[in-house]
Amino acid sequence: MADGNRSNRPLSPFMIGPYYRPQINSIMSICHRITGVGLALTGVLLVWWLLAAATGPGYFYFVDGLMTSWIGTLVMLVSLAALWYHFFSGIRHLVWDAGEGLDKSMIRPTGIAVLVATAVMTALTIVIALWG
Amino acid sequence: MQFRTDRQRVRGLGTSGHGTGHWWSQRITSIALVPLTIVFLFPFVQALGGTWERVREVYAHPFNAVVAILFLAVGFRHLQQGIQVVIEDYVHDKPLLVTLLIANTLLTLAFAMTGIFSVAMIAFGA
Repeated sequence: MADGNRSNRPLSPFMIGPYYRPQINSIMSICHRITGVGLALTGVLLVWWLLAAATGPGYFYFVDGLMTSWIGTLVMLVSLAALWYHFFSGIRHLVWDAGEGLDKSMIRPTGIAVLVATAVMTALTIVIALWG
Repeated sequence: MQFRTDRQRVRGLGTSGHGTGHWWSQRITSIALVPLTIVFLFPFVQALGGTWERVREVYAHPFNAVVAILFLAVGFRHLQQGIQVVIEDYVHDKPLLVTLLIANTLLTLAFAMTGIFSVAMIAFGA
C-alpha cells in the first residue's frame, strides 16, 4: 500500500477504453460528471433570469424571451433532463458512499432505475410547467 | 527503519491537500440539495415564461424566497466543489491549476451572491 510507486498507473477518467471495458456503469458515471458541468451553465442562466426579474419588466422580458425562444427552450429541456439525471444518479452515488448497493447484481438494476426515474420526472416537470 | 505510519505519509498529499474534508463537505451539500431541488424547481418552471408580475409574486412569497436563496447558496457551493474536482482531475500544470481553482471559487461565489441578492430584492419589494 505504501510502496510510493504511483507514477505509472492509469488515472481514473482515462482508464475507460484502453484499460477498462465500457459498460452502463462507467458511461453513467461519465454522464454524471458531464451533466454536473453542464448544469453550471444553467445555473448562470438562472441567476441572469433572477437578476433581470429584480431589475425591471423591460430587461426581464428580454432575458425571459431568450430563455423561452426555441433555442432557449431546447437548452432548458436538456438542462431539465440533466438536472433529474444528476439528481437520481447523485442519490445512487450517496447510497454507494454509505456502502450499500455495490454488488454486481445491484449495479445494473439501479442504473436502469436512474434512467427510468429521469425520464418520468422530466416528463412530469414539463407537464407541471405547461400547466402553470 | 520506517517509523512513520502509512497514514502520516499520505496526510496532506493529493491535489487539494485536504481531500477527505472536501469529499465529506460535498456529500453534505448533495444531501441538502435533494429536498431543495424539488421545492425550488416546481415554482420556477411555472414562473419561467410567465409575466413579470407573476414572477415577482412567486418570489415575493417568503417560502419561495427562502427556498430559492437556500437553493442558490447550497447549489453554487456544490457546483464549486464539483467543478474543483473536475479541474483537479484534468489540469496538471500547477500555475494553471491554482489559477482555475481561484477563478472557480470566486465566480461561483459571485453568481451565488448575485442570485441571492436578486431574490432578496424581489422578496423585499425593491
